[in-house]
Order: sequence, then structure tokens, then C-alpha cells
Amino acid sequence: MNITPDNESLVPEISMRNLDFYYGKEIALKSINLDIYWGKVTAFIGPSGCGKSTLLRAINRMYDLYPGQRAEGELIVCGKNILAKDVDTIGLRAKVGMVFQKPTPFPMSIYENIAFGVSMHEKLSRRQMDDRVEWALTKAALWNEVKDKLRQPGTGLSGGQQQRLCIARCVAVKPRVILLDEPTSALDPISTMHIEALIAELKKEFTIAIVTHNMQQAARVSDFTSYMYLGEMIEFGRTDDIFVKPKDKRTEDYITGRFG
Amino acid sequence: MTLLARRKLINYFALTLSLAAMSFGLIWLIWILWMVFEQGIGALSLRLFTEMTPPPGVPGGLLNAIVGSAIMVSLGMLMATPVAILSGIYLAEYGGRTWLGRATRFVNDILLSAPSIVIGLFVYAIIVAQTGKFSALAGAVALGLLVIPVVVRTTDDMLSIVPSTLREAAFALGAPKWKVITKVTLRAAKAGVVTGVLLALARISGETAPLLFTALSNQFWSLDLGEPMANLPVTIFRYAMSPFTDWQQLAWAGVFLITVGVLTLNIIARIAFRPMRGH
Amino acid sequence: MKSSIEKARTGDLIFLNLTRTFAAFTLLVLFAIVVSLVWSAMPSIREFGFGFLTSSEWNPPAERFGALVPIYGTLATSIIALIIAVPISFGIAIFLTELSPVWLRRPLGTAIELLAGIPSIVYGMWGLLVFAPLFGEYAQPWIAKTLGQIPLIGNLFTGPMLGIGVLAAGIILAIMIIPFIASIMRDVFELTPAMLKESCYGIGGTTWEVVWRVVLPYTRVGVIGGIMLGLGRALGETMAVTFIIGNASIFINYSLFQPGNSITSALANEFAEATPGLYTAALIELGLLLFLITVVVLSLSRLLLHSLDKR
Repeated sequence: MNITPDNESLVPEISMRNLDFYYGKEIALKSINLDIYWGKVTAFIGPSGCGKSTLLRAINRMYDLYPGQRAEGELIVCGKNILAKDVDTIGLRAKVGMVFQKPTPFPMSIYENIAFGVSMHEKLSRRQMDDRVEWALTKAALWNEVKDKLRQPGTGLSGGQQQRLCIARCVAVKPRVILLDEPTSALDPISTMHIEALIAELKKEFTIAIVTHNMQQAARVSDFTSYMYLGEMIEFGRTDDIFVKPKDKRTEDYITGRFG
Repeated sequence: MTLLARRKLINYFALTLSLAAMSFGLIWLIWILWMVFEQGIGALSLRLFTEMTPPPGVPGGLLNAIVGSAIMVSLGMLMATPVAILSGIYLAEYGGRTWLGRATRFVNDILLSAPSIVIGLFVYAIIVAQTGKFSALAGAVALGLLVIPVVVRTTDDMLSIVPSTLREAAFALGAPKWKVITKVTLRAAKAGVVTGVLLALARISGETAPLLFTALSNQFWSLDLGEPMANLPVTIFRYAMSPFTDWQQLAWAGVFLITVGVLTLNIIARIAFRPMRGH
Repeated sequence: MKSSIEKARTGDLIFLNLTRTFAAFTLLVLFAIVVSLVWSAMPSIREFGFGFLTSSEWNPPAERFGALVPIYGTLATSIIALIIAVPISFGIAIFLTELSPVWLRRPLGTAIELLAGIPSIVYGMWGLLVFAPLFGEYAQPWIAKTLGQIPLIGNLFTGPMLGIGVLAAGIILAIMIIPFIASIMRDVFELTPAMLKESCYGIGGTTWEVVWRVVLPYTRVGVIGGIMLGLGRALGETMAVTFIIGNASIFINYSLFQPGNSITSALANEFAEATPGLYTAALIELGLLLFLITVVVLSLSRLLLHSLDKR
């Protein structure tokens, strides 16, 4: 599927070529071909079980944790095929961050939640670390709310704040790509609005892939949208095109709410 | 060394220690089981089941001890199981959130892990000291007191995981609560409750401490509940501590019987529980 | 129609009160234990007062009794057991939850659980007849040469190399509680939400970092509860200790190589033969002490484990 660039050059940050994914013997993704462009937000939509989360979890090889799950084909992240045997998953995950359906603050203070990940990959002085924590929290639009209680446990924040803390934690490591797996599904509408505004800010510096159940959300935040169904990619294109004039009947049915 | 290399080294080191811990734990346990089986099977003979415990230097068996254990264990189970199942029902179906329910559940959890020798002392104080003699009945009561917390706990847990829709469906038919509990809820939790009973049985089969000063022991054949009665654990204790090799042989045989019995009960309990999984 | 409703109501009332009575019975048992032990220990409590806790004299013919030796034995064996068992159990729990190949997890976990159910008399007898002779011949000389040379704690590892003794009893106790603590730790580790662990892997954490920085802090309360439950078990364990501690009521020094006595082993060995009166009362007071200590330890552990369950 080729996208004609409109006056701007699109650089693929992640490329999938004939990507298949298996849970044991069961196939969950069938021959996916797709580019995720640098500095853009790419949304994945589709009914439950269509494989959109699976696709996301392939990009940082989270599936490695679970025996029996495997990917085949080519998945190129920052110029390297990360499905190769000798890929260092620790380094990969430092470059590709992830935020989950529910906020997952670590059982430590707000400050440590951020510093923890950074200290794994970089040796920073106390001063530099303070700066980095402030920088990340500012990026996640959380600094003003928590700057006076950095030593308090991260679990004490509200749900929406916790999720922004998780985004800050992810940003602090300075990844190139951020994967958002239904990041607002457990949040109230106000917090959801905060996160969506944040996504628009973050795409200036990061490549973002987001899985969402909420089609309006995909329409609001993304530049590109991919509609998936039963492990196949049905349609991929600019979000405006997909929502205004979908090419495939199945995409149209889903978007207009006739199904799913 | 780069930060990444150092982190990986620490990871590797820690995980190697974890593997070492696993092997360390298993080696002792395999060693113990191996000795029990090797020595125990070596000491097995038909005599064990047909002759009484002998004085030193004379061949003999463990018949009176085996029978004595069986009597006291069954008596303890018979006394304790109904009591325990009924109080488990109270906790799960009636008073779980009342003051009495909370207190009972807490105390029951304490009794679950309380030292069994103290239970022996308690029974000594209320039965042996009052009647003036050690007796099989006192032994059975001590074992029964150990059964109660195990069965209360499992009954409570197993009834609590029965889906409430099942109860509601029965109530919707107009059944009174006690019928719902006995005919529907309890039946749905049957496998779990049986598991608890089997685990309790396994636990008291090997208990020694509470019998030491309740049932005491008896060199001879006796079925009188009012008198001291021979039993496997105390016999094993005495024979193993003795300097006589033929007594030690009998102790190995006894320990082998107990180990096999307890392991079998545990495995049966697991198999009995399997249908409950998936709820 | 009315009569059938009446009947149902009466049935309900009977059943409720029946079950409630038996629930109250469980509660009653605990109080009965405390009351009867205090009552039976009264002669000794009156005679010795607080001196019972501080005196190391245990002299049945002269009817002088002090609990220091058995208390020392109980505490020393339990502490040794925990020092050995806690790190090992932690390692086993990590192995079972994070490291082991999946097909091995269930069989290994089941094996550990089954071993936790083996009666303590088996461990005790094996300890006496198999472990102690080897321990005295090979391990003790080596320990005396290594740990025994360290200043301050060196004195703990000197003295007769008999095999049996406080140290050997502590080790047997450790072997016995390892499966027990390991299976509790595994259970609480499994309470950690998968997504939380993935979050840590997601920013590039290693398995060890996930366990040490996320799983352990998340389950800390439960882990401590599990350790306390193991401690409760070690304190009250009778047979595994009695076989091998040496049963000496005379206090020579703090060396762990010395034969000693624990509360439980003193009871197991002496109670049935004790003369009624002060001797029996003193032994019952020992039992009462043990019960009170374990009730405190177990209550704390239950409160901790309970607070993790609620999360």
C-alpha cells in the first residue's frame, strides 16, 4: 500500500514486511505490510481480537515474555530487523517505549518512577537526573501538578495523572517511538482530553503508534489510520481519507458503526 | 564496562543464583525422599502388618501402631469434620461480615498454623489431667482440633467461589436459604470441601507432637479408647531415637508408610479439586 | 401455603443457629487454650514470676525451673532457619515465576507444595540418622575453620563436633520450611499484575530489575507475611528439632555447636515423664510462652497477607 506524499517527505521509522504472528499454532497476524512514519501518529482501529494490540506488542518484542508466541517476516525498527535472533531486546525497548491500557505506576515515589528507567540506560549526576525528571514531567504536562510531591508514591495520584506519569516515565528514557495501547480506555473524559492534547505535543519529537477502540479518538489524534480485521490489515492511509472516503466496504461498515 | 553490560552481568548473576537456589532446595528434598524410600523399602516385610511392636532384639511389626493410628485418626476426623463444615458454612453464607464472622475467621487462621504441641498440652490439661490417665480418646480429640481449622478454611473458601448467580437462581425458585445452601451451594463446592477434608487427613496422619502426651503410646495391642494406644508417629519417634538397629529399621519402615500415605492423600486431594478449577 | 412458609422459616432459623454455634466454637477453642494453659501453669507462674524468663537453671530434682535455655534454643534454631530459608525460598520463587520454562513450572511448583506437606517427623528422623553424622564429620570442622575464625561471631562456631546440636537443628528446620515459604512467595509474586511487569520490561528492564525493583516492592507486604508465617512454623515445630537438637538443658555457652533444648523439644522429651506439680506446671508455662509468641507472629503475618489480598 503506497501513500502518495503531499508536499512533505515521509520517512518510515518502522516497516513491516509480510509480518506474521502466531500464538502457538494459531495465527493472529497475517502478512502485514505497513510503514509507520517518523513524527506522525499512526492509529490502529478494528474490533476486539483483530490483532491491533498484538501488532503493537510485536514492535517492542513484548511477546518474548510469553513462550509459544512468535513473529515471522520482517519488522524493521530504526533500520534494523528486530525479529532477528541476536537483537538486544533491552536496547530495543529503550528506543521503543510503551504505555498500557491501565496506568501502571511502579511501587515507588513519583520521582523514582521516572528516574528508575533513566538510570538503567544512562549514568546521570544527581543534578542531571533532577533536570531530566522535570523535563519528562513537563513533557507529559504533569510537572505543575506534582512538583511539590515528587517524593510521594506514584500510586497516590488520580487515574489520569497516573497515566501521564506513565507517559512521562516512557518519555524520560528518550525513546524514538512511543507505543500507546488503548491509553485512555480506563480514564474519564477529562483525563482523556488531556492525554489527547499531549499526543499532539509529543508527535513533534516522537513517532507514535496508538491502538484505540474509540474511532473519534483515532480521527482526532492520528495522521494515519490502519483498519484491521481478523488479523489482516484491511486498509491503511491518511486518517482524513480513511474516515471520509474509505476504499474498502468493510472499513466503511466499521467506521459508520454498522458493525463492530 | 558499559552500563548495559554491567546490568546484564548483574541480571545473569542473579538468575544463576536463583537457579542455584532451586537446585539447592531440590537436592535436600530429593535426598530425604530417597533415603526414606531406600531404607523404608528395605525394611518392608509382611511382618510389619501382622505382628506387634517388639522389645529390642526381637523381630516384630507395627500392627498395633498402624491400627491405633487408624482408629485415632478416623475418630478425630469424625468428630471434627461436621463441626468444621458447619462453621465454614456460617462464615461463607451467613456471618462472614459480622463481628463473630471476622473474629472466627481470624482466630481460625491463627489456629491453622499454631504449634500442634500446644494443642497437645491443651488436651492434656482438659482431658488427661482431669481423668488422670493418658487415653486414645484424648489423642483423637487432639487430632480433631487440628482438623477443624483446615476444613473450616477450605469450606469457607470453596463456598465463597461458588458464583452468586447459582444461589440467586435457587432463591428465585422460592427455596428457603438452608435448602439453597445444602442442596445447591454445598453441592457445587463439593469437590473443594472434599479436598479440604483430605488435606486435613493428610496433616494429622503424620502428626506426632499432639499425641506425645495425650494418647502416649502402647507396646501392646489395645482397642480401649480409655487407655493409652499405640500409634505410628510416636512409635517411630521412640524407635528412631533408640540405639537399637532393629528398632531403627522399624522406624524407617514406619516413616516410609507415613510418607507414602501423606503424599498419596495430597495427590488425591489435588485430583479431587481439579473439576473445581475453571469456576 | 402459610404452613410451608412457616416451615421454611423455622428451617432457616435452626440452620443459621446451628452453623453459628459451631463458628463460635472455633473462637471458643482459642480462649479455652489460653485459659487452660494459664490455669495449669499457675503454680509455676506464682513460684517463679518473671524470674522464669531470665533463669537458665532447669533442675527437676530441686524443683528449680527457668526458661532461658529452651527460649534461647527456640530463638536460635528459628533464626538460623530463617537466615538460610529466606534467600533460598526467594530464589526458588523467582525461578518458579520468572525463569523456569513453562512446561516445568507446574510440576516443580506441585513438587514444592507436596514437600511442604510431608510430616516433620520424616525430616527429624532423616536429620538424626543421616544428616547429623555427616554434618559432624565433614561440615562442622569446615565451618569451624571458616566462620569460626571471624571475630565476634566466631565463638558461635566452636566446641564439640557432635553433628547434633543447635546449628544442625536450625539447618533441618530450614530445609523443612523452605518449601513452605517458597510456595507462599510464589503465590504472592503471581499477584503482581502482568501489565506492571510489562511496563518495566517495556522501558528496557532486565528480568532481575523487574523482580527486584517492581515485583518485590509491589508484593513486599505479602512476602514479609509469608516469612512471618514461616517463622511461626519454625518456632512451633517439634519433631524436626527434637530429634536433633541434643536435648541438653544445661547452658554451657552460646556456641551453636553445643547440644541445646528448645521449648518444643523440652516438652516432647520431658512432659510425659514429668512429675505432677511444679515440674508439669513449669513445662506448661513453657508451652504457654510458645503459644503467645506464635500467636503474635501469626497475627502479624495474617494482617500483612490480608492487606495484600485486598489490593
